[in-house]
Amino acid sequence: MANLVGARLERKEDKKFLTGKGRYTADINLPNQSYAYFVRSPHARAKITKVDHSKAMKAPGVIDVFTGDSVALDKIGGLICGWKIVSHDGKDMKCPPHPVLAKDSVNFVGDHVAVVVAETLEQAKNAAELVNVSYKVQKAVTKTEDATSFETIHEGIDNNLSFDFLLGDKGKTDEAFSKADKIVKLDIINNRLIPNAMEPRAAIGDYNTSSDELTLYTASQNPHLDRLIMSAFNAVHPEHKFRIVSPDVGGGFGSKINVYAEDVVVSYASKKIGRPVKWVAERSESFMSDNHGRDHVTHAQLALKNDGKIIGMKVDTIANLGAYSLVLAAVTPTYLYAPLILGIYDIPAACCTVKGVYTNTAPTDAYRGAGRPEATYVIERIVTKAAKEIGMDQAEFRKKNFITKFPHQQCLVHNIDSGDYNAHLDKALELADYKNFENRRSQSAKKGKLRGIGFSTYFEACGVAPSAVVMSIGAGVGLWESAEVRFNPTGNVSVFTGTHSHGQSHDTTFAQIVGDKLGVAIENIDIVHGDTDKGPFGMGTYGSRSLAVGGTAIVNACDKIIAKGKKVAAKMLEGKPEDIDFKAGEFILKNSNKKKTIGEIAFACYLPGTFGDVKSPLPEGVEPGLIETSFFDPSNFSFPSGSHICEVEVDEETGETKLVKYTVVDDFGTVINPMIVEGQVYGGVAQGVGQALYENAHYDESGQLTSASYMDYTMPRADNFPQITIDYTCTPATSNPIGAKGCGEAGTIAAPAAVMNAVIDAVGSDISMPATSEKVWNALKKNGSKKAAA
Amino acid sequence: MKSFNFKSATNSKDAAKLATGRATYLAGGMTLLPAMKLRLAAYSDLINIKKIKGLSGIKVSSKSIRIGSTTTHAEVAASKEVGKSIPSLSMLAEGIGDPQVRNRGTIGGSIANNDPAADYPSACLALNATIHTNKRKILSDKFFTGMFETELKKGELIETIEFEVPEKSAYAKFPNPASRYALVGVYVAKLKKEVRVAVTGAGSSVFRSKELESVLSKNFSASAIENVNITSKGLNSDIHASPEYRAHIIKVMARKAVSSC
Amino acid sequence: MAVINLKVNGKKISKEVPDNVILSDFLRNLLNLTGTHVGCDTSQCGACVVHLNGNSVKSCTTLAADCDGSEITTIEGLAKNGKMHPMQEAFKKHHGLQCGFCTPGMVMSAVDLLQKKKNPSEQEIRDWLEGNLCRCTGYQGIVAAVKDAASKM
Repeated sequence: MANLVGARLERKEDKKFLTGKGRYTADINLPNQSYAYFVRSPHARAKITKVDHSKAMKAPGVIDVFTGDSVALDKIGGLICGWKIVSHDGKDMKCPPHPVLAKDSVNFVGDHVAVVVAETLEQAKNAAELVNVSYKVQKAVTKTEDATSFETIHEGIDNNLSFDFLLGDKGKTDEAFSKADKIVKLDIINNRLIPNAMEPRAAIGDYNTSSDELTLYTASQNPHLDRLIMSAFNAVHPEHKFRIVSPDVGGGFGSKINVYAEDVVVSYASKKIGRPVKWVAERSESFMSDNHGRDHVTHAQLALKNDGKIIGMKVDTIANLGAYSLVLAAVTPTYLYAPLILGIYDIPAACCTVKGVYTNTAPTDAYRGAGRPEATYVIERIVTKAAKEIGMDQAEFRKKNFITKFPHQQCLVHNIDSGDYNAHLDKALELADYKNFENRRSQSAKKGKLRGIGFSTYFEACGVAPSAVVMSIGAGVGLWESAEVRFNPTGNVSVFTGTHSHGQSHDTTFAQIVGDKLGVAIENIDIVHGDTDKGPFGMGTYGSRSLAVGGTAIVNACDKIIAKGKKVAAKMLEGKPEDIDFKAGEFILKNSNKKKTIGEIAFACYLPGTFGDVKSPLPEGVEPGLIETSFFDPSNFSFPSGSHICEVEVDEETGETKLVKYTVVDDFGTVINPMIVEGQVYGGVAQGVGQALYENAHYDESGQLTSASYMDYTMPRADNFPQITIDYTCTPATSNPIGAKGCGEAGTIAAPAAVMNAVIDAVGSDISMPATSEKVWNALKKNGSKKAAA
Repeated sequence: MKSFNFKSATNSKDAAKLATGRATYLAGGMTLLPAMKLRLAAYSDLINIKKIKGLSGIKVSSKSIRIGSTTTHAEVAASKEVGKSIPSLSMLAEGIGDPQVRNRGTIGGSIANNDPAADYPSACLALNATIHTNKRKILSDKFFTGMFETELKKGELIETIEFEVPEKSAYAKFPNPASRYALVGVYVAKLKKEVRVAVTGAGSSVFRSKELESVLSKNFSASAIENVNITSKGLNSDIHASPEYRAHIIKVMARKAVSSC
Repeated sequence: MAVINLKVNGKKISKEVPDNVILSDFLRNLLNLTGTHVGCDTSQCGACVVHLNGNSVKSCTTLAADCDGSEITTIEGLAKNGKMHPMQEAFKKHHGLQCGFCTPGMVMSAVDLLQKKKNPSEQEIRDWLEGNLCRCTGYQGIVAAVKDAASKM
């Protein structure tokens, strides 16, 4: 039974998905269901002068049409920013009103204006074409760097500036720079991305007119948080009469954290018409209205001594929030970003400013990695540039500056508990056969290809997060996690977690932990998540937190089960609780051969008395039942780290870049299931490669999203990748008893810098992401390549 | 999709009769149906032509290959006769869309739709194809009249496409990274009487490159292309490529095609 | 509106459907076979792939009415007598799926590849899967699964 932890077990959840039995929100159909279709703004910025839905109301099948006026009248609250940032002058960030249906103005293409509810989807869609919205179109701003000089788009928010954030000691940093032998400077753009979970968002509101209970089925990463926000801020329905079910969810990547207008509106509409209201996004709606990610413009500087030692760092970033501020929109480019710019280097002085600006684009928010890919991109690009400029080998340069003693208090925020950065870099250098790279470069050259190599030695702060810390810096909630372990009378176990699995494999990983902990067969353990009516309140899944925080809550609940079990076993075995050992599912009385299985103890807990063969009176003061709950609030973040080494080949004639070799060595602390962890890394790297080489959300001058389908938004496909090599080193986390650090975002955090450093190494000059063939070709031409010019 | 009537025709005459008003023909539907789903197009009637006998199939002679209009890309790609007689044409078919599109999409549909980035129109121009309709024969040089526009009249139905068998030929495609349509595709053919070079993806519609044809007529080799100046004037500009880049890629693909002939 | 007769997963079906109904909607809404997913509206993502008369097609770009007289296999029809198809087994073994959304289309597409080519190379597998997007796996487990299934089928 033991040793499930660390085993490459096949996933418990796979069979249903493989046989077509997954149950996603769009698969749910309720009796008497109606269909919603949203009228969205075709303009990036406009005043709404009139919404005339009289024709739509008369169209066949239409049940009702709701507009900004309807929701205002019924006092439905707007969407919120859940984590407020304070500017360096002490002023709170500025958030514009964000109604769930626009009333006076629209601020990006796809902004929700009205909803038509009809008997069929086709009828709703037909009638939506009849909703006549009169717009007074205004000039729009889309570019991050243009925002502060553009006219005010939200009344009262001057210069379109939401916040002007500063982290670090500017004086100390200036002093360090004054002592530098060399200052390395870098301007970078972090491209805007669209998360593109394969399952489009979907929501079904189901109001029960008899019980006054409202159920919302929605594709969400955090159903309890959704319910809290929708009750407390959107005033949709009181929390105790409101159930949110987030069934199988087809990928999240941050895009399913937010409470979206559609969630609120279908819930509201269902209450208004007394019938279920179903909405499923078309992919074009996902492109337009899911939260986007990244979109930074940054200037970075690194102060060096001649021997290659880094003595200071300055970073100035403008972050595009889009049209409104979503739930984690402000924390993503500030606290999830700025502290991370130091990377894994011992940098004694640093400061980082971030201006959060509004534009007429889709709102941005957390996208896999959230802040940390942006930070890693800054530090890993500038470190590579610095090594080149002072003529040091890039591995040596990194090693010279690595943090080597732990715990290490960084000069900005984080206190890193554990790590061994030389260990994973050395292993990666070996696996990637770094010493023979120049041979490979010459071989590529013989084929007419330019080969480049790139490094990214990253770290991240995850396992979000200590509640006291995050709340002191603006979080509207604590980020603890809950678990309830229910031992059933027949000996199987139901585990309720407040986290949510939308691909992360919790059903298997958590079952492995519980199986080892309680000595129960894995097939007798069920992991339950995604339903506010089932388990205790939990915070959901994002920020690579599920195992480190949610897993720990499960471990702690299991410990409580064992502690109670010992008391019951002591009574049954006629010993003292302190003389009972628990091992591999058995309670054993020390120095005897007397023992009881955990199944027998569970049974006894539910039959606390004596009749016939059953003789299991509970000890005095012990309550019947065997159910334990735990809420775990971590003492610190966890700090996974690792080394990625990437090699690319660039076609000199066309500029086309091909990924040819990719090596990863990660330190995730304790790994529960290596197969699952590797899957997270493969997928994470693919998304990072996507950002570096392919993906770009593009708005034209007028604010139209010109990359609003898979015809124009380049998704990485199977033929874009070679086999990726993965290995591990391990320094356990000290902030949780499992020793886990988190693995879900690492690939996406590290990969963009590794790939771009390789492309730049191949081409010989700077290129912005994504490194499209044309951009590379232009750079080659500029560098005097005859083949590119021919 | 907005509602419409679906009707199946069993012969070309019936099909033509049904194709009145706001009706259109449906073969593979690989472009038509997505356009209708996105409400970019609407029709009162879709006339299914896949049940018309004789519209599907491949006939090979020493001088030409005739491909029925409802023949799928997968069928063309898998045809041993096509592979033997015009290997570049099989390769082109093998590279259209993805396997599922190739299983459904048809040559007639591709040509009638004349997407500026579709592959088949370039084969038609380069291989001096004749498009046989239920009414007449149209030379490919006359057929493609503009973006998504052809010489086809209302109700006119493509029956077969007849390609001249070249001495040598090759198609080189530089795909759009997102859609995998041609960002630039160059089809080079050395025919009995002439050299033809057709370019797709780069302009508002497929076109023949006079510059490339003129140098390759004199010297059918990759090196002959080195000094050709491909003008970027009039070439497409979008988020994936500028006219200048497309002009450059035309040259690179032309070289690649000629080299692999 | 017309009655169409077809075989779905070996079962004869006779149903009246409006002419504008797409095959994926027909399967999902009228037959409750929700294993076939819809992930885009431009025939790019491949979550909806089913077999039509033995060939993989995108069911979101096929009219139900056009399938009159056809045989269709969906992901629900792949397992036989409760035993998963070797491709399904291989996906499980090699962690070829995470969120599961692209999986049905991916599996149906991969099965068609092995029908057409017995021992595809890694490059051939990657090329064949061009029409199936996955956002979770980076494709590595999927490619490994298809290779493994090829050796067993």
